[in-house]
Amino acid sequence: MSDNITTLTSETFQSTIDGEAPVLVDFWAEWCGPCKAVSPILEEIASENPSKISIAKLNIDDFPQPAADHGIMSIPTMVVYQNGVTIKKIVGARSKAAILDELSDILS
Amino acid sequence: MSEKVIIIGSGPAGYTAALYAARASLEPLVLEGSMRGGQLMITTDVENYPGFPDGIMGPELIEQFRKQAERFGARLQTVDVTAVDFSQRPFKVSVGADDYEADSVIISTGANAKWLGVPGEENLTGRGVSACATCDGFFFRDREVIVVGGGDTAMEEALFLTKFASKVYVVHRRDEFRASKIMAQRVVDHEKVEILWNTALEEVLGDDTVTGAVLKDTTTDTLREMSIDGVFIAIGHKPTTELFENQLILSDTGYISLATRSTVTNIEGVFAAGDVADHIYRQAVTAAGTGCQAAIDAERWLADNE
Repeated sequence: MSDNITTLTSETFQSTIDGEAPVLVDFWAEWCGPCKAVSPILEEIASENPSKISIAKLNIDDFPQPAADHGIMSIPTMVVYQNGVTIKKIVGARSKAAILDELSDILS
Repeated sequence: MSEKVIIIGSGPAGYTAALYAARASLEPLVLEGSMRGGQLMITTDVENYPGFPDGIMGPELIEQFRKQAERFGARLQTVDVTAVDFSQRPFKVSVGADDYEADSVIISTGANAKWLGVPGEENLTGRGVSACATCDGFFFRDREVIVVGGGDTAMEEALFLTKFASKVYVVHRRDEFRASKIMAQRVVDHEKVEILWNTALEEVLGDDTVTGAVLKDTTTDTLREMSIDGVFIAIGHKPTTELFENQLILSDTGYISLATRSTVTNIEGVFAAGDVADHIYRQAVTAAGTGCQAAIDAERWLADNE
């Protein structure tokens, strides 16, 4: 696992999304093929934009409650939180270019 | 300097073409696509790929294909091709601002899930509407779901969903399935499955998440509403050929047209393999087979045109 991506648990989830700086949470699971396609893309985005966005991931198999609380019904879902509020939600696997496009406001 | 062969797309066809091209010392460059691996990445148990008597997980099979192609020197890049130009030689293949040149091209961009286009489907995607049971079935534990379709994909989705859902309704327009007999029988026999024959999905209902569906009896055109928590669309696939629309001859349904019993397209030096050119078989093993054919066709064509 890359040093650029934080692994969340049910305990650390809330404090992480409450932060003032934007954080993208990747909801994923081991059995999800498209999640595996997205994962290396997010690692690249994290390492290329270290000061602009932090990236974290939550395994919904191990920690289903935060995913249920936040209405996640499909994975991969990537949600950008700031001060505990959802500012962007991307459902489903995308190409790197498409994800960067979705995040352009946050990364600019 | 131009590449001898560029392979666009991955999956069984692309990786098998890469394996054969690499072993023929063509040093293939594989532009896999960011969704590399294709449909097998969302398939759990692959039970019909020979050599795996106990079955194998789709993503695991893809990983094996990749490793085998890399072992012989195929160069794999997980990037999306954004444009091609087959009107000039060498051919031009673009990935954003980066241009590559190729003496020959093998296309194996596969196919994507089709959507119905009914009201509610698009805006509730990811909120109860899905085309991937293996991705999203988990979220429907003890809930009731609909699967729309009558082919093998629909059968696989329905059976997979029985692991989570309390009830799976299979909604199918006709009074029999297109699916293979073994898959259809498993669905028909499953205690959690109820089949709604001669029924079409007309609308998905719900504000934040899916709460219901409008169904039409296709024999009487009568509409009815039912409460439901999830809708899985499994009505088949469409070939990924947008890139090639003005470059190659495509069939009415968008598949790349090939010369009979070959991988040869209407442009010499451009070959196609796998689901992108196959509306009949669409199996992992047939894709791999045509991937091998494409590599051999490309190798011979390059030798004849040196």
